[in-house]
Formats: sequence, C-alpha cells, structure tokens
Amino acid sequence: MLVCGLLLTGGLYAALAPAQADTSQDEAALVKEGRELFLVGCAFCHGQNGEGVLTQGGSQYGPALTDVGAAAVDFQVGTGRMPMAQPGSQAPRKEVVYTDEETAALSAYVASLGTGPAIPDAELYSTEGMSEKEIEELVVRGGQIFLANCTACHNFEGSGGAMPRGGYAPKIRGVDSKHIYEAMLTGPQSMDTFSDGNIPPEDKKAVIAYLNELDEAPSYSGFTLGSLGPVSEGIIAWVGGIGLLVGFAVWIAAHTTRSSKKKDEAAA
Amino acid sequence: MSVDVSKVATTNGTTPATAKGGKAAGAIANWADERLGLGTAMKKNIRKVFPDHWSFMLGEIALWSFVVVLLTGVFLTLWFDPSMTEIQYDGAYDPLRGVHMSSAYASSLDISFDVRGGLLMRQMHHWGAMIFIASMMIHMLRVYLTGAFRKPRELNWIIGCLLLLLGTIEGFTGYSLPDDLLSGTGVRAADGFMKASPVVGSYMSFFLFGGEFPGDAIIPRFYAMHILLIPGLLLALVAAHMLLLVYHKHTQWPGPGRTEQNVVGYPMLPVYAAKAGGFFFIVFGTIAVMGGLFSINAVWKYGPYDPSKVTAGSQPDWYMGWPDGLLRIIPAWETHIWGITLSWNVMIPILVMPPLMLMILMALPFIESWITGDKREHHLLQRPRNAPTRTAIMVALMTFYGLSWAAGGNDIIAIKLHLSINQITYFMRGAVFIGPVIAFIITRRWCISLQRHDEGKLLHGYETGVLVRSPEGGYAEKHLPLPQGQAYTLTARDDDPTPETVEEIDASGATGRTARLRKLRAKLATVFFADNVQKPTAEELHDAQHHAEHELHELESQIAAGPNRHGPADH
Repeated sequence: MLVCGLLLTGGLYAALAPAQADTSQDEAALVKEGRELFLVGCAFCHGQNGEGVLTQGGSQYGPALTDVGAAAVDFQVGTGRMPMAQPGSQAPRKEVVYTDEETAALSAYVASLGTGPAIPDAELYSTEGMSEKEIEELVVRGGQIFLANCTACHNFEGSGGAMPRGGYAPKIRGVDSKHIYEAMLTGPQSMDTFSDGNIPPEDKKAVIAYLNELDEAPSYSGFTLGSLGPVSEGIIAWVGGIGLLVGFAVWIAAHTTRSSKKKDEAAA
Repeated sequence: MSVDVSKVATTNGTTPATAKGGKAAGAIANWADERLGLGTAMKKNIRKVFPDHWSFMLGEIALWSFVVVLLTGVFLTLWFDPSMTEIQYDGAYDPLRGVHMSSAYASSLDISFDVRGGLLMRQMHHWGAMIFIASMMIHMLRVYLTGAFRKPRELNWIIGCLLLLLGTIEGFTGYSLPDDLLSGTGVRAADGFMKASPVVGSYMSFFLFGGEFPGDAIIPRFYAMHILLIPGLLLALVAAHMLLLVYHKHTQWPGPGRTEQNVVGYPMLPVYAAKAGGFFFIVFGTIAVMGGLFSINAVWKYGPYDPSKVTAGSQPDWYMGWPDGLLRIIPAWETHIWGITLSWNVMIPILVMPPLMLMILMALPFIESWITGDKREHHLLQRPRNAPTRTAIMVALMTFYGLSWAAGGNDIIAIKLHLSINQITYFMRGAVFIGPVIAFIITRRWCISLQRHDEGKLLHGYETGVLVRSPEGGYAEKHLPLPQGQAYTLTARDDDPTPETVEEIDASGATGRTARLRKLRAKLATVFFADNVQKPTAEELHDAQHHAEHELHELESQIAAGPNRHGPADH
C-alpha cells in the first residue's frame, strides 16, 4: 500500500513534469544550484550523491535520499530540522537555515535523484474557496481522523508526546498547513507515512482544517495549562489550590479574636 | 434559724418567664426552643472550645471542598444523562456536530456549551474534587506527624483512611462518567486491572460491565455509585468523623496552661463559627476562581470514547497517579502456568500495592502503640521532631508515594525536561526502593538534630546576635536564657519510655511465643527510640539558669564598660 502510494505520487510527478516544457530549463538550473548547496550542507551525512552514509557499526549516519522526494526535503529543510546541528535521536525543529529559494533548489535536486512525493500544491491543504458549511463538515471529519490516527503520539490537542529513548512526537500546533501535509505524506523520523492510499488527500486536508480550527477557536474553559491532560491539572490543584488554601489557613489562624491590633495590644 | 426569702418567688406564676429584648429574633428562637429543646442541646456545644493553629484547618479545607463538590454535583445531575445510548450530536460545539456518541458524552458537551454556567460548574466540581482529596491527604499528614492519631483517636484515624479510599473511588467514577476518550481509556484500564486478577478476573469484569467491555451498562452503574452510594457513605463517615472529633475534643499544642485535661482556644460562638464559616467562603471562592480561570478536563477536545483510539498524555487524575506510575515502571513480568497467565506486572502495582498501602496506613497507630507500649490517652500534640522514627516513617512513605507519582507522569516529564522516557523509568525502578531508605535516614537524623538544637536552647539559651571580643582577642556570641513560656513549651513533653531489655524478659520467666514477641517488641522499641534526645532534667535546667544569670551579669558589665573599655558613654 505504502509503496503503491509512493509510486503513484512519484509516477504522477514524473508524468506531469515534462508537461511543463517551458520550465524545464529553469528546472535544470535549479537542480544544479541545489546540487551545489547539497554538496556543501548535506553531503557530509547523506553522501555526495544522496546515497546515504553508514557508520562503522553499520547503522545509518545519514539515510539515503534517493527516493524521498521533494516533499520530504521541503519539510525537513523548511522547518529547520535539516541540516541538523549534531547527530542525535531526533532532529529538533529549529530556526530555518536556508532561504525559500535555496530550499526549492535543494528539493528539486533531491527529487531528481529518484522517485518520491512532490511538494503538495496549496489547493490540497487550503480551505480557500470553500463555504462555511463545507469547512465545518471538513473540521468534524478531520477531528475524527485526527483522534484515530494522530493523538496516540501527538496528544489530543497536538501538544506533543514522548517516544522511546529520548524521542518525541513534536507539538504540531501553529505549524504551516503545507508542512503538516508533507509530514503526513513523507513520515519524517519515527512518524508513520500516511500515504494517499492510507489517508486520501481530502482527509489530509480535513485533519489540517481541524488543527487550524483548534488554533483559531477560543479557549472556552480558561487557561489550558499546556493542554497536557491531568498531569498539569494535578500540579495546579496542589501548587495553586492547596497552596493558596493552606496560605489562607495560616492567615486565619494568625489572626486573633480582636478586630484591631490596637485593642489587642491594650489587652496584652 | 432565719432564712432569707427575699430572692425567692412568692408565687408560682401562670406565665413563663420570657427573654427580654431581641424581639422578633428572640421570639422565633424561643418558639423553636420550646418545641425542639434547642437551648439545652446547644448550651453545651455553643461555647465548645477549639484550639487555634493553622494546621488544624487542613481538615476543614477537605470538609468545605466536599460541600462545594456536593453543591456543584447536584447542579450537574440536573443535566447529565447517564446513558450509553448512541446518538448524533447536534449541540453548540461545531467540531463535533454530527458525530455519533453516547448520551452521557453529549450531555457533558451540553453542560459545557449549552447550559448557562454549566462549564463553570463542571470545572468547579472537578477542581473541588481534586482539592477535596488533596486536602484529606495533607490533613492526614498533619494528624500523623503530630501524633494526633494516638489513643483515643485511632478509630477516627481509620475512618479518615476510609474517607481517603472512598474519595479516590468517587473521583475515579466521576472521571469515567463523561464518556470521553480519556474517561473511556481509564475505564478500559480498570477493566484490564480486574482481568489481571487470577481466575476470577474475567468473571469480575463481566459482572461489572454486564458483559464484554464496554457494553452499555457501565456508565449508569458508575452514576449510581457516584451520586448515591459513595456520597452517602462519604457523608455518613464525615458525620462520624466529626462526631468523634467533638466527643474526643480537639488536640492542642503543649504550652503554658495547656494540659491533657483541658482545651485552650476560642469558643465555637462567636469566634470559631466565624473563622470556620469564613473559611468556607474562602474555599468556595478559591474553587470558583479556579473553575473560572483554569481549564480542567476539556472533554470536547478528547472526543467521544472509542476503544480504537487513544491519546498521548492519557493519565488518571492525580490521586490515581501513583499506582499508574508503578504500573509504568514495573518490568513486564508474567508467569504462564496451567494455561493461566499471571500478570505480575499489573497485579503488583494495581491489585497489591494500593490495598497494601491502605493497610499500612490504617495499621500505623496500632503498630506504633504496640512497639512503644504506650496505651495512655494523648490530647497534647507532639512536634514531629520529638518522634523522629515516626516522622521518618511517614517521610519514607511520602517519598515512595512521590516517586511513584512522578513516574506516572514520566511521558510529560520526558517531553518537558528533554529526557528519555526509558531513563526516567530505569531511574524510578531503583529510586522507589532506595529513595525511601535515604529519606528515612535523613529525616530521622534531622529530627534528632532539631531535638539537640532545642536542648541547646534550653541549656545554653538562645543566640542573641551579640558578639563579644575577649581580652585575648577571641570572639564569642552571647546566649541568653529563653523566656519562661517558651522554655515551658519546649519541655512540656514526656520522656520516651525505656524499652525492656532481653535480660529483663528472661528474668521475668516468660517463655515460648510470649517471650519471643516481647523480645521482638523490645528490639523494635530500642530502634524506635534510639538516639532520641530527652528533655533536660530539673537539675540540669536549674544549673543552666544559674549559669545564664552569671553570663548575663558578665554581658551587662561588658556592655557597660563600652567597646574600648573607656567606661560608659556619657550622654
């Protein structure tokens, strides 16, 4: 299924690419520029031709990029995950290093190495032009898909969750719709790949619409305490609630029956 | 012999004497008194004295938060529909409109979005419940650490432990009622725990759920328990707890004028009623503010329960956190025998540890009085430092509890502190065993150091902060004797009893089991009291006083001599 999806998207991309005859020359220039950038910024770990580098122990130092497609590069570089500052269990999201043009060039180069999904068009994830009613239905459907497929790792509000051995499913709120779409499509790091056969494009759009709705909706219930569930609630109950009430108990017990300090002193 | 009859009534009047003044209020009170006998009933209790100390009000937080939870709970029952009938939601919350869900979940959403003030009530109910159990726990710590559980209050201690247990079960059933994803995950976990009981597990599960999980009976059943059975038991036990409190009278801290036979404090009316009544409003207000400001269990975010779904950060409410933590850190131990699987990894943390901890808790007063042989009544409290082993036992238990509790949040700790969840788990596996031992040793020695400090204050006075340079050029701080009241308070405690020795037991001619038990007890008592500092004897205090007077004279003459021995400054 997974491979089928990848092949399908890759195949579609290949089929569509020659149609853009006018841009083929620009495309070639872009790939060339991308290769130059790649040799400087990426080849050290991923190999001079994106073939990947193994450690002496035989594990991956930098995985092969021959069939990851432009979408993977656009996601990893566009969210600052690549290039990594240091090898580790997880590439954290950080400040973006490359400009949009450079990212496009890198994507084009890596896409030229083999198959793989292309960068999705905006119409795949944008709700622009849809009626309010349609968007509402999309959000409802997206919420159910989100709860079934995403919350197990990313938490019920997309606040993130722990993964084994220091890894984590990152917070996915406030992330570009395009990047969420690409993440589902390419399955970065420990994430599963949700191919179009698994979650069709319109369902991916629904999930994105639900996440955007979460971002836009007011917090009906007050401060959300990080939206982490009962742990942060317990901390507030103890530190805030019990802390405050014990403070009040101390305050009440510290006051005698006298209504003013003067009388109290006179009595003493 | 003449008798003065001027003050004796000359007739038997036909009209009863009536209270003067007050008019309307007095008339109503009189009317009620004549019919209900309130005056006689209240005469004794209206001036009942309660001692004043902040730590005596912790139980009150529990009482008042329970009242808040009852009030808000009644409000919620008016709209909550405890049914697992599947319906299609068409309420005000857009992102779930049209989704199939149980009536219970739909009515939780309605309470949150369509009932005026409903969300505030839900949040107050939940915050109130969290504070109810938390305050029971800190109240229990206070009672234990001050020795207030000793005779005659052991039974009230047990009632308190049962209240804590019932509060926890009440909390769990309430957590399960909204039938959102988090609730359902909790119920599923409970189902798994039951099924982990050898042999009878699956029968118990089928019995509770009325068939295979989840069925359609669990929510109504939990509802009956949550709003009827457990609150009824809680109310009855709270009443018993408070009646015993009144009967035993409140404990008090030692001090001048305070004995085992009296209670020094303020009367119920007007002082204590005002303080306690005021505290009710403070507790109510605090919970209302929390309910208004802080989100708790935002059920609409979790979606309806569906056994195929789960969310990261699925945790029980805090009071169930410690068994959950043990469950998270225990290695995956299982035994397969005669076609039966014994899941030690579930049985030990969930089916063995919580009942065991409760038993230990309930047994603490009896274990201590057996070891110390102390069967006397106690109404004066002990400072935690004056019972170092007792204090250390509780701190060790607290450490075990706290570490298990933290392990229950291992995933949140991992993502927030950038740690590996595996490393936290490995650390906790060792820490739950080693931590309490370290805590025990540190606490015990800390208490003994504080006892020594008290002894130092009694025998050598308090530190004045006055530094005196001797003719040789050395510096020393002058100490002055404690005020008499403080010295009395520090010495108003019993000496620890001297445990029997093995020789004494042998000499007494005891044999067999009795002798063995007595020897065990003697050994335990020796350990229990080892290294404790006893209060100074009267002679020691007398000598100290004498010495202090001498010091004071010396200090005064030194001050009079001035810093450079030029005599008193003349101005």
